[in-house]
Amino acid sequence: MSSSTPVVGVLALQGDVREHAVALAEADALARPVRRPEELADLDGLVIPGGESTTMSNLALAFGLMEPLRARVAEGLPVYGSCAGMIMLADKILDGRDDQQSVGGIDMTVRRNAFGRQNESFESPVDFAGLEGGPLHGVFIRAPWVESVGAGVQVLAELSGGPAAGRVVAVRQGNLLATSFHPELTGDHRVHAYFVDLVRAAAR
Amino acid sequence: MSTSTPATPSHGEGDQPQVGTARVKRGMAEQLKGGVIMDVVTPEQAKIAEDAGAVAVMALERVPADIRKDGGVARMSDPDMIDGIINAVSIPVMAKSRIGHFVEAQVLQALGVDYIDESEVLTPADELNHSDKWAFTTPFVCGATNLGEALRRIAEGAAMIRSKGEAGTGNVVEAVRHMRQIRSDIRRLATLDETELFVAAKNLQAPYELVKEVAQLGKLPVVLFSAGGVATPADAALMMQLGAEGVFVGSGIFKSGDPAKRAAAVVKATTFYDDPDVIAKVSRGLGEAMVGINCDTLPEAERYANRGW
Repeated sequence: MSSSTPVVGVLALQGDVREHAVALAEADALARPVRRPEELADLDGLVIPGGESTTMSNLALAFGLMEPLRARVAEGLPVYGSCAGMIMLADKILDGRDDQQSVGGIDMTVRRNAFGRQNESFESPVDFAGLEGGPLHGVFIRAPWVESVGAGVQVLAELSGGPAAGRVVAVRQGNLLATSFHPELTGDHRVHAYFVDLVRAAAR
Repeated sequence: MSTSTPATPSHGEGDQPQVGTARVKRGMAEQLKGGVIMDVVTPEQAKIAEDAGAVAVMALERVPADIRKDGGVARMSDPDMIDGIINAVSIPVMAKSRIGHFVEAQVLQALGVDYIDESEVLTPADELNHSDKWAFTTPFVCGATNLGEALRRIAEGAAMIRSKGEAGTGNVVEAVRHMRQIRSDIRRLATLDETELFVAAKNLQAPYELVKEVAQLGKLPVVLFSAGGVATPADAALMMQLGAEGVFVGSGIFKSGDPAKRAAAVVKATTFYDDPDVIAKVSRGLGEAMVGINCDTLPEAERYANRGW
């Protein structure tokens, strides 16, 4: 593991894996798909992509990934989750399937499909604390929002306009980062660069 | 012609959210990648599909195998039936409109389905025109047998493409043909120089700008799934290895002996499409596969893949 080019896995059970891998490469990380427990070793960080959270959870359990993922999170592995990935990192899920399990790690309650169905999917500017260069372009697709957070969780972004103004859409707790939206779909790689910085700092 | 336009996608300003943009439509399909979309005809089947790990379900009244058997005109499903499925599951729900039947599509949008499949499996309503898909907030998926057809659908606003295959046969041969055709058409484009792209666009009967974009990207500008005739985990993995980004399974699951088990197996084989050990393991003890039809014995008029223009 070179300290200059961190190795960041992308959970490749289902979802927009390719877009995250491209964004990570743009942010000077080496992206590697992860589908098996043994592939979690030797990673400096992990991205849980957008996709269908019930499918991801189902496959993570079926292929013995859930416990190893929880163990790596407990060890302090930096993990970034977008959309479905945010749901996977939440300690509590609302409007999920009754038996839906998450990896957890962030002390928050997330509401699945909170903004509505696909017809309500939207784009909106997002002010993200700690990022230079103006607001991000947020792409929200059947997205979750953060209903509530525990004391140790830092809120990085809230929606500023529209019917859901004030809703929390980006958080960080220690080495764990989560966004309701999909920066990997925009060509703006600042969130991935932010995460790769976090990965670098954690590896030090 | 006094066609009323359905809920025109809004283009908000400043901090106001914008819905129905090409990015949220195409982005929705990106989230389905690596997944399996299953045809279901009841809320119970929809639940089985969700439990098995489907990324979405396609709500319809009859699976293609039964549409073939029953004959007659196949139309959009009953709104009550679609509602029942929407209320039964938390994953995205798709539904089919007839080709060119933009009012069926308007109804599906009003019902709140997450994706509309303008599908050759239903009886076409217009023998010249497909629906203008840009006029909708709800995204569309359309079938294609080759690159030109795929690009014409994208030009009309499709946000996702699937191979047509030959739905309801349980025979993967046509899906393979169409996937290979689309992928080889794309590879061929990538070898052409700038000047040659103009003639390529003419030959493909597709807009030059899209042809140029595909030549540059080396892929479609939207997600490409496979559909039509997938019946086994190995079929799904075959389509993935041939370059599909995900798989639609129609009659193959609920026309088989043990739908729940087969559905879960197809999901696993799609994720581990390049791992024969996993495919072998999940292929065991699945019970009867759907019987299947040999496509070369199908009369021309019963070939769904020929529908669409």
